[in-house]
Amino acid sequence: MSDAKAFPLNAWYAAAWDHEIGRALTPRRICDKDVVLYRRTDGAVAALEDACWHRLLPLSLGHLKGDQVMCGYHGLVFDAAGRCTFMPAQETINPSACVRAFPAVERHRLIWLWMGDPALADPDLVPDFHWNSDAPWVGEGGTFYSLKCDYRLVIDNLMDLTHETYVHAGSIGDDAITRSPFEVTHTDRCVTVERWMENIEPPPFWARNLGKPGHHVDRWQIIRFEAPTVVAGDVGVAVAGTGARQGDRSQGVNGFFLAAITPETATSCHYFWNFVRNFRTDDAELTKSLNRAHVNDGKGVYDQDHDVLEAQQRAIDRQPRQPFYNLNIDAGALWARRLIDGMLAKETPGETKPAETKPVGLAAE
Amino acid sequence: MTPTDWLPARLRAIRALTPDIRLLEIAPSAPGTPAPPGSHLGVAVMIGERPDTRSYSLLDSGADGLYRIAVKRLPDSRGGSAYMHGLEPGARLSISGPRNHFGLTLGRPGYLLVAGGIGITPLHAMALALHQAGAPFRLLYAARTRQDLALADDLRARIGDRLETFLDEDHRRIDLHAAIAALAPGGEAYVCGPFGMMEAARRAWAEAGRPAQGLRFETFGTGGRHATEPFTVRIPRLSKEIVVSRNQTMLEALEAAGVGMIHDCRRGECGLCTVKILEAEGTVDHRDVFFSEAQKATNAQLCTCVSRVVGGGITIDTADRAV
Repeated sequence: MSDAKAFPLNAWYAAAWDHEIGRALTPRRICDKDVVLYRRTDGAVAALEDACWHRLLPLSLGHLKGDQVMCGYHGLVFDAAGRCTFMPAQETINPSACVRAFPAVERHRLIWLWMGDPALADPDLVPDFHWNSDAPWVGEGGTFYSLKCDYRLVIDNLMDLTHETYVHAGSIGDDAITRSPFEVTHTDRCVTVERWMENIEPPPFWARNLGKPGHHVDRWQIIRFEAPTVVAGDVGVAVAGTGARQGDRSQGVNGFFLAAITPETATSCHYFWNFVRNFRTDDAELTKSLNRAHVNDGKGVYDQDHDVLEAQQRAIDRQPRQPFYNLNIDAGALWARRLIDGMLAKETPGETKPAETKPVGLAAE
Repeated sequence: MTPTDWLPARLRAIRALTPDIRLLEIAPSAPGTPAPPGSHLGVAVMIGERPDTRSYSLLDSGADGLYRIAVKRLPDSRGGSAYMHGLEPGARLSISGPRNHFGLTLGRPGYLLVAGGIGITPLHAMALALHQAGAPFRLLYAARTRQDLALADDLRARIGDRLETFLDEDHRRIDLHAAIAALAPGGEAYVCGPFGMMEAARRAWAEAGRPAQGLRFETFGTGGRHATEPFTVRIPRLSKEIVVSRNQTMLEALEAAGVGMIHDCRRGECGLCTVKILEAEGTVDHRDVFFSEAQKATNAQLCTCVSRVVGGGITIDTADRAV
């Protein structure tokens, strides 16, 4: 009936930064569903389908009444569980009236929503994103809302950093990346791509942050993907030969690039990003400048990715049947896609065929 | 109003649950996604020579790709249950959905499930889901006699003493006030059963001072306070006199007689098919949940999709001003 689904629904997806959700009704499209987010009076976040049961007007155009949302058209009221609590001009409430409520969890400075079967929404399944919130890591972060590309193109981008050499020349790009071998390993939930570049000239960004001119460095990129859409990249440099690869990073500087990518539609996504560090953590000006280095009105390194990703999606849209050809460097991205495909397959009806020999009775739940 | 996609299916197996309730296991031609508890399946039926549709609650999520429903053969039925009881294994069916008008909200501090008779079907699915989620719940299940307790043995094996049964033959009735009082604050109640049970639940819920939206119920529109019998509808403005037969709703009879009607839910919920009562010669059996009890007491209007008249006829006016 429909094309292959682009994204699994039984997963936690970042929908907003925690500071963005307050007592205002905030609309957001997540996994092809319009959602309205708000904070209840007890501080908990509520997420409802952003369409009134009655005439589908976005509830985000209405207003909050305590913990409930009143539609801005005919005044129907829905509680935080999506139940209708008021209907105009009648003494009863139609028992069928409700809007969908999505499980929401606030963790690691983000609001995460579960768009699939609510019975499966286990908060323990929120991806590990603790670098975004926990000491010693410090960073500000931001979001590209409605980035016009399939969320998987962002994952491709982050799971292969060869592109830094070409997209981010002059900051973090370096020929050494393309010369150094990498190793890809995976579990049933995570993929790791590890690359060490030993005894190299540090690229400008890292030379600046290390602050030890004249030294060669050992540089690492250890990228961890957690299905379906979270990437955390352990990156840094240390003075060459001081044992970073063996575990002693004391002569270096370390950061994590963080990405929680949320499908908005099949061909657009919200890209929550951050760059956190564990050095000069009290330096608020450095925090600001690192953020600006990533996104700065078109001049940051992520702005460069943004342009590439949207141009890539436009090209795909113009030639939808043209396949992608893969290189050896795509191993990390392909494993990530394999894990996503596995999640999709689990949600596809008919993966388990009914046993014809089963006696008549009730399904084992 | 709702677009309907019909899908061919096959009746895979049948099992008698009680003398008049059958479990039907339906295999869709294309596998569907698991259905949340409270969902119902649309089934195309033949009433005499006329095609029609009926909705049946699913007994479980159908995670194995099969839909299971239980159908009670009703003497007052408009013909759907008789049709369903006449089917043999292997029969071809057309199904739609599943859809859900009776959704279960997870994460509540407590749940009270109340079933009367065949009303057990959606609550069966809810009990399994709540049990699996480890949620605190009770399922109170009333029936006439022991042999009418469809699915009870199976449920007891799965949910143990969370199931409590009440039989008319033992003179045991569900104490709704006590059950509601024992429910955790913020808990929800889900009720499916005969009309009287749902009315009693609504009253007890309101008297307990609980918020209206915490009481969920599924309406069947097949029962009322009185037995179903034919009655006559007079519409003086249109010079019409229409007989509503036992196996027909008043709305169907009005439409068949060429009276223009609007309607949506056909379950007595939305209030679109209401007409003005000019005079009731008999007793109006209000079977809807649209009007409040106070409104029903005034007998000013009725919902034609479910409500009926006993012991006489009714004189009404409709929206038709063409004559």
